[in-house]
Amino acid sequence: MDLDNQIPENKKFSLFNMVTGIILAGGLVLTILRFTMGLGTVTNLDNNNPWGIWIGFDLLCGVALAAGGYVTSAACYIFGLKRFHSAVRPAILTAFLGYALVVLALHYDVGRPWRLPYPIFFSQGTSSLLFEVGLCVFLYLTVLLIEFSPAAMEWLGLKKLRNIIVKVTLLLTILGVILSTLHQSSLGALFMIVPSKLHPLWYSSYLPVYFFISSIFAGMSMVIFEGSLAHRYLKYKMDETHLKESSGVALGFAKAASLLMMGYICIKIIGLSIDNNWHYLTTGWGLWFLFELVGFVLFPAILYAVGSREKNLMFIRLASIWTVLGIVLNRLNISVVAFNFHLPAAQRYCPSFMEIATSVFIVTLGIVIYRFIVTRMPIFHEHADYKTH
Amino acid sequence: MAISRRTFLGSLGATIGVTTTGALTKAYGAANKHFKGYPESSGVLHDVTLCIGCRKCEKACNTVNGLPQPETPFEDLNILDKKRRTQAYEYTVVNQFQAKEAKEKVFVKKQCNHCLEPACASACFVKALKKTPAGPVVYDADLCVGCRYCMVACPFEIPAYEYDKVLTPRVTKCTMCAPRLKEGKLPGCVEACPREALIFGKRESLLKIARARIQKYPEKYVDHVYGEHEMGGTSWLYLSGQPFATIGMREDLGTTSAPELTSGPLSAVPIVVGLWPVLLTGVYAISKRKDKIAEEEKNEAVKAARVQSNEEMNQKIEKLREKMTKEKTAAINFEVKKALEDSEEKGKQEE
Repeated sequence: MDLDNQIPENKKFSLFNMVTGIILAGGLVLTILRFTMGLGTVTNLDNNNPWGIWIGFDLLCGVALAAGGYVTSAACYIFGLKRFHSAVRPAILTAFLGYALVVLALHYDVGRPWRLPYPIFFSQGTSSLLFEVGLCVFLYLTVLLIEFSPAAMEWLGLKKLRNIIVKVTLLLTILGVILSTLHQSSLGALFMIVPSKLHPLWYSSYLPVYFFISSIFAGMSMVIFEGSLAHRYLKYKMDETHLKESSGVALGFAKAASLLMMGYICIKIIGLSIDNNWHYLTTGWGLWFLFELVGFVLFPAILYAVGSREKNLMFIRLASIWTVLGIVLNRLNISVVAFNFHLPAAQRYCPSFMEIATSVFIVTLGIVIYRFIVTRMPIFHEHADYKTH
Repeated sequence: MAISRRTFLGSLGATIGVTTTGALTKAYGAANKHFKGYPESSGVLHDVTLCIGCRKCEKACNTVNGLPQPETPFEDLNILDKKRRTQAYEYTVVNQFQAKEAKEKVFVKKQCNHCLEPACASACFVKALKKTPAGPVVYDADLCVGCRYCMVACPFEIPAYEYDKVLTPRVTKCTMCAPRLKEGKLPGCVEACPREALIFGKRESLLKIARARIQKYPEKYVDHVYGEHEMGGTSWLYLSGQPFATIGMREDLGTTSAPELTSGPLSAVPIVVGLWPVLLTGVYAISKRKDKIAEEEKNEAVKAARVQSNEEMNQKIEKLREKMTKEKTAAINFEVKKALEDSEEKGKQEE
């Protein structure tokens, strides 16, 4: 049975279409507002707070949560864990869409978006970590596009080209890991230039390491979380191999994520000790820091551990959502909450409704495109002509 | 024009020398060599004790930079009651402080400090911000993408952004009047200051003046020139009679320059790029080899099992054969014996 292009009979006014339709229409209005009225009208950004949630959420969280692509493909193709094979395509697709949307979101945030290629092609500011981020994101988006393209080519019937690209899978995977290591860590290193603005509990010379390690378990958690959603709504697109392997993927990643998160807590403690920041833990900021580290890293890590030992998929799915929320909390803490901690409350930043709505719009756009692709292309199943099993 | 041999060789040597040292300077620039600022670069010394808060510098700044007129006129000093920062169309502001020990109010002018190694310039990913050898940190709006990382990076909270502009927003900040300096003029604020609370000059000589004042009036000044070492040093220097923290200037910035703060992660780039491909290819090779060995072991096990079962079978057949031979022999013997007995019996009967 060919699962491609098998789109279920859908009512034009289903709940999904209604809700996403309204959000997308709202997004269109916001886009027009942003590019006709300027940043000052749409956002609450000011001279003390030049970066808001479009950077803190759209960029930092977007990139971290799209890490599933390099993690899954590395597990399958480099570490030889072949049972993760059916999880690679959904993960690559999410990563590709994630990065594409990050770049889209940046067009809203920067003042002159048509100049975004400048740092790469025109005037390279090599001393800037943002340059490293920009270059790596640009290159990695290209790599992801190529990694994803076989699915589209199978769908379109471009057999020859597809077979050529499949041959360089290993090369692309290694490139993906290098580029991801670089920009995931650099996103953390962006904040190393502001020891006087970021609260000492979050500022650390380990920031790049924290960002990189947390991106790995963020990616794994997203793969699990997404898998559970896909199982619920897109099960009819999955072939036998996918269904058979999916609980193995969840169990494997749950165990790995649990170990990584414990390790992450260890290096967080090392960072705390090196800078001798223990005394801050008794302050309000300290409580907030512990809320993040214990409440959103340690607890889900334990839940992951229990879930993988008991082979309880419910626990694992719960832990994956919890971890994803923890990543969002961490990135927002660094970019927004603990940033400018020294300023009086009146000068602090709080996102405007339109900023939040724009972020919601971009996430929704991602979901709609994702749904469009998985219902048409061979993502959750193998194309009839290219079966490996 | 005749060139003598000596001149030619000399100029050749000079060219080589310049090229090599040029190359060397570049190489050192990439490493963490201590940079003390461009020699002969200019700066401004702000003696806070002399400032009377007249806002003439603010007005001059507004005029020379062609900025829009503010709502409150510069002559209105009530605005000093509010603590202000630089804004998109205010490159400099004067703030008023009531220091605890002093009875009188203290006024401090705030603007870009023109760091020797600016955080903004090191953070800019298109090199739109640059430290010029003459002293000013200048901005090129034609390159700026508007990412505002410079504003995030600046420890003095100086650069502002034209959030109100839709298509052409710029980052704005004090330029130390770089265009005026080129014409041989003084910065607008310095020229306008009626009390010489601002002195323009070479940074080195300004430092000497500052130290001399501290030495001459130790009871009047705090024994510190703010900007000499802060964030790696700034072109704008400050003298104060009150602790700097009490007049709105951060004393916890440290002396590490911004580029040094980020040099660690930047230096990790070649390590990652060099190490990962080798390691990952190795991991791939190991996992392939493991697969291969597992495959071989499986094959061998199958083979061994087959051999074993064959042997067992052979043994069984052998046993059967032996048994059969035995039975056969026994049967033959029996038959022979029987035949012999029969013939014996026959013989007896014939007798």
